[in-house]
Amino acid sequence: MTIIETERLTRQFVRRSRGLRRSPGRSRSLLTAVDDVTLRIEPGESVGYIGANGAGKSTTIKMLTGILVPTSGRVRTCGLDPVRQRRLLASRVGVVFGQRSQLWWDLPVRESFEILAAIHRLPARAGAMRQDELVEQLEMGAFLETPVRQLSLGQRMRAEVAAALLHSPELVILDEPTIGLDLLSKQRLREFLVAERGRHGTTLLLTTHDMGDIARLCERVLVIDHGRLAYDGSLAGLSRTVGAQRVLVVDLTESLPDLNDIPDTRHLGSEGNGLRQRLAFDAEQTTAARVLSAVSKRAEVRDLSVEEPDIEDVVRRIYSAHR
Amino acid sequence: MRAGVRTYWKLVVSGFRQESHYRLAAFAGLVANVTFGFLKAAILFATVRASGGHLAGYDVGSMSAYVWLSQGMLGMVNLSGTHELGERIRSGDVAVDFARPVDIQGSYLARFVGARVFTLLPRGLPSVVVGALTIGMTMPATAQPYLLGGVSIVLGIASSFGCVYVIHVLGFWLVETRGLQLLYMVVSGFFAGLFVPLPLFPSWLHDAAYATPFPSVMMTPINVLSGQLTGLAAWHSVLVQVAWLAGVLLLGRVLTSAGLRKLEVQGG
Repeated sequence: MTIIETERLTRQFVRRSRGLRRSPGRSRSLLTAVDDVTLRIEPGESVGYIGANGAGKSTTIKMLTGILVPTSGRVRTCGLDPVRQRRLLASRVGVVFGQRSQLWWDLPVRESFEILAAIHRLPARAGAMRQDELVEQLEMGAFLETPVRQLSLGQRMRAEVAAALLHSPELVILDEPTIGLDLLSKQRLREFLVAERGRHGTTLLLTTHDMGDIARLCERVLVIDHGRLAYDGSLAGLSRTVGAQRVLVVDLTESLPDLNDIPDTRHLGSEGNGLRQRLAFDAEQTTAARVLSAVSKRAEVRDLSVEEPDIEDVVRRIYSAHR
Repeated sequence: MRAGVRTYWKLVVSGFRQESHYRLAAFAGLVANVTFGFLKAAILFATVRASGGHLAGYDVGSMSAYVWLSQGMLGMVNLSGTHELGERIRSGDVAVDFARPVDIQGSYLARFVGARVFTLLPRGLPSVVVGALTIGMTMPATAQPYLLGGVSIVLGIASSFGCVYVIHVLGFWLVETRGLQLLYMVVSGFFAGLFVPLPLFPSWLHDAAYATPFPSVMMTPINVLSGQLTGLAAWHSVLVQVAWLAGVLLLGRVLTSAGLRKLEVQGG
């Protein structure tokens, strides 16, 4: 069974322009938030759903979970009609809204889990076992008895993810799960999601602005732009399509003239009299290690960093390529 | 069906336990209840004495029972109109509630009943005990008024939730429901018999009050518990409570599905 299936899915909103009631300038206009989107996601896939703010990601998610009715087109999630069978669907899908909490602010984390276990009608033993598993995997033991309002953002996001996964859903939708997290917390969360998917074959659909999430979690990327599906394929293919490049930043121990002639790279700029240089390279053609060794032959490298292609940039390139 | 009952029972228990975390608030509530109890007692006793010791079926002993039972119930029923649902609708967090495999009205009701039954321990019973020890009050000597009264209190708690829920669900259409909450706070307390027992009202106002669900929220449980109503009359008033509860819950349901449809169709 296909987990997510949409056919020409479209959603329009009526927008009333600001202005006084009855004033002549007040008018209604139609905004198409999701425009003719057709896609299929199979069980066990891990899909990144990216796009700029306002591109239509959240609207799509609301239609997939039955909170919003499509204007036209068809949508099936877990083989169900999301709006008509919303509650049945809710027991098979887990949703993490990065900006909204599903935990009870004043209660210890453990009690939130217990309420959710009751809501999802988990049998007592199975519920307890699943909770123990999540507590261990997400390292939540230290703050299980702490009220949610006292958690750090990283701890709260782990609890949110556990809350969404407590009923072992087939499909997990994560709406910006790593927003605001520090690097270590991000990495832990990603590792957990990879492991969880490996253990239970869970299908993942996540929206994010973080290219690192996509690179580490997703085999397939969907790019939505102005409501339209602009790309559907692998991440490597996406980078190929738009020519998104990674950037190696090297700090040298001595000033060098611009490094214009390192193979398979493009010199982007120098700072501090050539002490810091930025080289763009395409992951398809060379590796960071090869570029680094070529640079090391000219001067000693004191420090380095690799910048991932920026999602906004990727989306912008896709958009301009489409026009 | 059995799984459903178990789910709601667990929600009642979780509401009960959540409330148990707010100890300081419960203590502050008790102090306020007792203080205003003495104030109410002073005014109403003077009124009874000024009428020669008997007024609309009350003497000082039964008036004392009214005062302390009403103060004791104040923490249990919702006469303030506040609830978290309005804010959740306004902020859009209600989407999280709709993404759960449970009835939204039913789950909030279960948690509310659990939470408010808990306040019986730190606020309800102590208020009554303070009143009984300091002033004394006339209470029934048989078991039946207490048993039926317990049922009546739970019906009152649920009815007050049903009314407040209706106001908050209107938030799907109104941007701001705080005005309505304020109106509710003023009207519901008055007609529930919080300030003055309803038998003291002039007959037209008494009839007006009984045309609303509010007497079911507080006056009826007090009448049943204190033995002011006995036998068939007590059973009858409890049945009226059941009818009001069914009515307000049904209205809330209709509004919820209309609101959900609006959310689905217009977005939010």
